[in-house]
This record gives sequence, C-alpha cells and structure tokens, in this order.
Amino acid sequence: MTLSAEKLWFIPALPLAAAAVGALMPRSGRAIAAGAAIAAMLAAFLVSCVALSTALADPAAKLVHNFAWFDLGTSALRLGWLLDPLTAFMCVMVTFVGALIFIFSLGYMKADENFKQFFCFLSLFAAAMLGLLVANSLLLLFICWELVGLASYLLIGFWFHKPSAAAAAKKAFITTRIGDLGLLLGMLWLYNSTGSLLFFDGGAGVLETAALGSLAAQFTAGGLAVSTAIGLLIFCGAVGKSGQFPLHVWLPDAMEGPTPVSALIHAATMVAAGVFLIARVYPLMSADQVLAHVPLHALTVVAFIGAITALMGACIAVAQNDIKRVLAFSTVSQLGYMMLALGVGSWVAAIFHLLTHAFFKALLFLGAGSVIHSAHHEQDIRRLGGLRGPMKVTFATFAIGMMALSGVPFLFSGFWSKEAILHAAHGWEVSQLPFYAALIAVVLTAFYMTRLVAETFFGKARSDAAGHAHESPATMTIPLVILAVCAVLLSLLAWPSPWLQHQLDPSAHSEPDGISLMVLSIVLVALGLGSGWAIYGRKPRVSETSADPLATASPGLIAFLAAKLKFDELYAATFGRLNAASAAFANFLEVWLWGGIVTLLARLGEFTGLVNREADERTLNGGFNSVSEKVRGTGLAYSRAQTGDVHGYLRFIALGFVILVLLVVMGGAK
Amino acid sequence: MSPLQLCLVLSSLLFCIGLVAVLSRGNAILVLLGVELMLNAANINFIAFWRYGPHPDAGTGVIFVLFSIAAAAAEAAVGLALVIAIYRHQQNIRLQEATRLKG
Repeated sequence: MTLSAEKLWFIPALPLAAAAVGALMPRSGRAIAAGAAIAAMLAAFLVSCVALSTALADPAAKLVHNFAWFDLGTSALRLGWLLDPLTAFMCVMVTFVGALIFIFSLGYMKADENFKQFFCFLSLFAAAMLGLLVANSLLLLFICWELVGLASYLLIGFWFHKPSAAAAAKKAFITTRIGDLGLLLGMLWLYNSTGSLLFFDGGAGVLETAALGSLAAQFTAGGLAVSTAIGLLIFCGAVGKSGQFPLHVWLPDAMEGPTPVSALIHAATMVAAGVFLIARVYPLMSADQVLAHVPLHALTVVAFIGAITALMGACIAVAQNDIKRVLAFSTVSQLGYMMLALGVGSWVAAIFHLLTHAFFKALLFLGAGSVIHSAHHEQDIRRLGGLRGPMKVTFATFAIGMMALSGVPFLFSGFWSKEAILHAAHGWEVSQLPFYAALIAVVLTAFYMTRLVAETFFGKARSDAAGHAHESPATMTIPLVILAVCAVLLSLLAWPSPWLQHQLDPSAHSEPDGISLMVLSIVLVALGLGSGWAIYGRKPRVSETSADPLATASPGLIAFLAAKLKFDELYAATFGRLNAASAAFANFLEVWLWGGIVTLLARLGEFTGLVNREADERTLNGGFNSVSEKVRGTGLAYSRAQTGDVHGYLRFIALGFVILVLLVVMGGAK
Repeated sequence: MSPLQLCLVLSSLLFCIGLVAVLSRGNAILVLLGVELMLNAANINFIAFWRYGPHPDAGTGVIFVLFSIAAAAAEAAVGLALVIAIYRHQQNIRLQEATRLKG
C-alpha cells in the first residue's frame, strides 16, 4: 500500500477532526470526546505507517505536493506537503507515543471535571504537531508551529485556577514567542532573498541547490553569509521551542500542567519540533560550510548552544527534588545533545536520539505520572520512597526508562543513540569542547537518574501518601509496558547494522565503529550509576527532613543548582528591570510632558468659556428659555423609549431592517 | 443551485446565527462575537459577488474584504475596551444591567 503526497493531509486532519468533535460536545460528552481523540490518533498512526512504507520504498526521493493557497496580484502564495523518511519516521513516532499518552490520560484525568476539554486540546496539539511535520513550506510549518505553541499554552495552563499554572503557561508562551520572532524574521528574509518558502519545488525550493548557492554567495554587513544569518534566525525559533540555553527557563515551569501533557509536549513531541526544524532546514544551515573565510558558521553556534544546554541541564537536574522537574531538566539536557549532534553535522544521529528519547522520556514521565497519581499528587521525592513493593509494574517500567536514558549498554535504545552523538562530536574538526561537555553530561545523567529511582522507589515510605500508594489502573500501566518494550526494541534500529541512518540519509557512508569511544562511554555510565547508588541507594534516606548527602558536602553549590543557576532571578534583574524602567519613563512622559500640555490647553479653553458665558448670560438670555422649555417637554416624552436596554434597541433595529427588506422585496415585485 | 446562491445561503445562515447571538445573549463579549459573525457574512457576500460577478479578475472583492477585516479588527479592539470599561463599572458584563445611560 502506498500513500501519495497529495493525501498526506489526512495525518493532521484526523486529530483535527477529533478536536472539532471534542469542541462541539457538551461537558458531559466525556466518552465521545476521548473516544474520538484516541480513535483519530490510532487512525493517524495507521496512515503514518503507510506513509513510512511509501517513503522507505525510495529513501532518497522527496515526494512533494504543492498547491496555491491564494493569489496576490501576479504571484501566488504556495504551500505544500512533503513526504520523506524524516517526516514519515517522525509522524509514526508522534502518533504512536501520542496514542499511548491519550490512553494513559483516560486513567490519569478521570476525576477532572474538564476531562472533555483536555482531550480536545490534546487532539488540537497533535493535529498542529503533525501538520508541522508534513509541511513542505516554511510558512505552513510556522503556522503549525504557532498552533503547537497555543495548544501548549492551553495545556500547561489547564489547571488555570492554580496561579502557578497560569503563570507557567504565560511564561512558556512569552518565552517561546521571543524565539519565534527570530524565526519569523528569518522567514521574511528568506522570502525576500529567494522569493519562495517551499522547501522542495522541483529545483526552485529554498532547500535546493540553486537557492542555497545564491544564499551562500551573498554577504551581510558583518561578513556573514546570508545563509548563515537566516540559519541563525531560524535557530532562534528552535532555541525557544526546544528549551535551549538561554531560553530554557520556560520548560521546567511547564511541569505545572497535567503529567500526560508533560510527557506528550514537554518530552516527546513539541520540544522536539525545534530539533526537527533544524534537521528539516539542514541544507540551509550547512550551506555556509563550503565557505572557508567567514567569521562564523551557523552550525558552530548550534553545536556550542547544544553543548552548553546539555551540560547545564544535567547539572541542574542533580539538585532538583521534584520528580517531574528532574525529568524536565533531563529533557533540557537531552535536547542539548540533539542540538549538539545537529551542530557537529550529524543530523541523522540527532533524529535517532530524538526518536529513542521520545519513547523513553514519555515512559519516564508517564511512570512519574503513575507515581504521582497513586501518591495523591505528591511530587517531592523526599516525601516518596519505598514504592518498589506496591507499584511493581510502574517500578519495572520506570527502571527500564531510567536505564535507557542513562545509556546502559547494548540492550537499551538510549545507549545507541547517545553513542552515535558522542561519535559525531568526537569527529568534529572545529573544537573538542562540546565532546567533553557531552561526556561530563553522560556521567551526570546516569547519576541523577540513579538518585531519582533510589529516592522514589527504594528505602521506606516517608509520608502517608507514599505509604498508601497502590498500583495504577490498567489504562495507565499498559501504555507503560508498551513504551518500555519500545525503549528496548528501538535498539534494533541501530544495531546490529545502522539501518535507520541509511534510511534517513542514503548518501551517508557507514563509519567504522569507535570501540575505544564505546568503552569510554560504558565506563562513564558505570561511574555515574555506581556513584549514584553509592550515595543514594546504599543508605536510603530515613525521613523527609534528613539532609541530602551532596548538600551536606557542598551546601553552596547544591543550593545554587537547586535554584536553577538563578536564571529566573537574572532575567528578573535585567530584562524585568529594563521593562519596568522603560514603563516608568513612559509614565513620566505621560504625566508631566503630555499631561502638562493637555492641562495648559484645558485652562485656555476654560478661560475662553468663562468669557463666553459672561457674554451669553448678559445678552442672549430670555426668549430662548420658553422655546427650550417646550423642546424639553417633547424630549422628555421621547426619552421614555430610551430604556437603556441594549437588547431592546437591537430588536428595534432588527425589526426596522426586516421591514426595509420587505419593502424592497415587495417594491421589486410590482 | 448555482455556487453563488449556495454562498448567499451560507452567508444568510451565518448572518442569522450572528443576529440571534446579538439579540439573545446577555454577555457583552458574546454579543461582540455575534456582530463579528454578521460582519463575516457580509464579507462572504462581497467575495461571492466578486467571484461570480462580471469582473472576477479585478481583485476588488478581496481588497474590499481586506479593508473590512481591518475595520473589524479595529472595531473589536474598541468593543473589547468598552467591555472592560463596563466591567470596571459594574463588576460584570451583563448587558441587561448596563442601563445607566437611559433617559
């Protein structure tokens, strides 16, 4: 079975239809809204599988279908769909993980009165994300990109009655908007330079040789190639959406949303959109690589931002105590890995890590959701503990996810994808610094994940809520088991042969395996796991107030890490202050300058009025009074019609309108 | 029915829905929404008469509608500002209670 590119819109249209169904249901239509959402997602999954088989029939081909959206004078604005292995793999991943998370939400959100809206928003999100994946036009991608942002705002702020959730939703929206401004500027510049926003258009698209050549041949003021400047602006969008340094601040706060949302949006799919965007426009990002004498290559910036983010996220995760925040910072760190891989030139490794990460991070978040659900919304790992016994399925699947994320060798998918990234970073000619940052992050990742598992599942229960925990219902555990199986089975994509790499990029030649590098990373993972177990596992925490061993050893550092390196405070002290100062300045102008002029004019008017009044009262009184009395009486009579009720007026207007229409119609009949 | 008639039926339906919303809802924002619907019904008429009229190449219909959308955006801004002003006065936005300006 094959799927032509014209039919690709089915994939986003299915969840969109489910969102419409959900929106039209009354609040009591819970079963229909949820059923439609899940059915649409499963159907989209099947269509995506067909799309994947079509794309794999000829991995090098780009199947496109372009159409005119609307005409503007002589030129037309064109959009299109694109089917290649990158799109197809991403669609399959999003629909599969999405469907499982939808099913998990059935159990997790059962008691919520806004259950129906939740599924409506989830479907809207899925539709936007899938639209982003199948787009063959930067404009269509941008539209879906913003829709994804909107859905994310709605879902983070789903429990909007909590002020912290409302604030987190606003923060996420505004922070990503800052990056999107760069994306928008890059898009406009690209359109200005090439006259098109289609990726592939039979030789005329922006990612094809002709356009890339002309972009790399022009230069901007600072000596940068135009393609570098556009690439960096587009990268701004990816920085915002994928939670890269310095715009990562929104992602941890986004954990205020319900846990399935964190799993779907802030681990598996939406934050991956930035990585996908860079992989999609990779020919543009790398167009300046042929130039030797430019001050900066776009991909160098990407690599360093990725390395900083990977290291920073891993460091902060070590000192967090909220189960979801640890996972959030681990997501920041892993997204940094993907950006690093993109920057050092191996977009295939980035997409491979994106796919495996989506599965095991969704697994970890849903596992955390299962813990939170059964421990009565207790998220602080200091107050959990001892859940290994009562929650066997959750523990087993969470442990698999943790080992995949840490990169435990051979059996788990995370090992292979991380290995591919380390390999690519090691082979980068420009600098070895990102490679060393990635190695340190490997140790830290294994360390904080061991800490998380040891604190949550081992020892004894340290609060009543944890003591009374029980296993979650089947709608929640079955998705966990499926995801856990996938976290292991995805290793087959890379081992024994790098199959996925060849499908994504058939031109890439297979590189020899770096055995020494593999041994080094296994040693580092073992070091992380071992030290984590030695510090947190061997002597489990006794009560919720007992001190953290690391915090006793180095209280200042851990407090600094626990405060997320004070980024929020830094932004409040700089951008926040700047904003407040400019507002105060504007207020000053308003009150003193404009206010003064207005007051002066008003005084002048007052004086003229005074003179006028004197003249009036002395000369023109008398006769007018009696006339105006009559007018007043008539006015009083008419004013009874002025009821002040807007609807009354509107009804009269509507009635008059109908009479007019009738008159016209009858007049026409004569 | 010809496509033009279909468009006109659609716009009439839209107009009626908007009118019902304007006449029956007490919430000022919903009344504004109704007004927007009626406006868009008129926009559909512009587009339909342009598209199926004597000069479909002239572009007049689209230009007119673009102006109309711009005017609608400005109107929505003013309308929402009024709603906020009403809310400040009476702590809700029920139109039935906004009768202070009667004669």
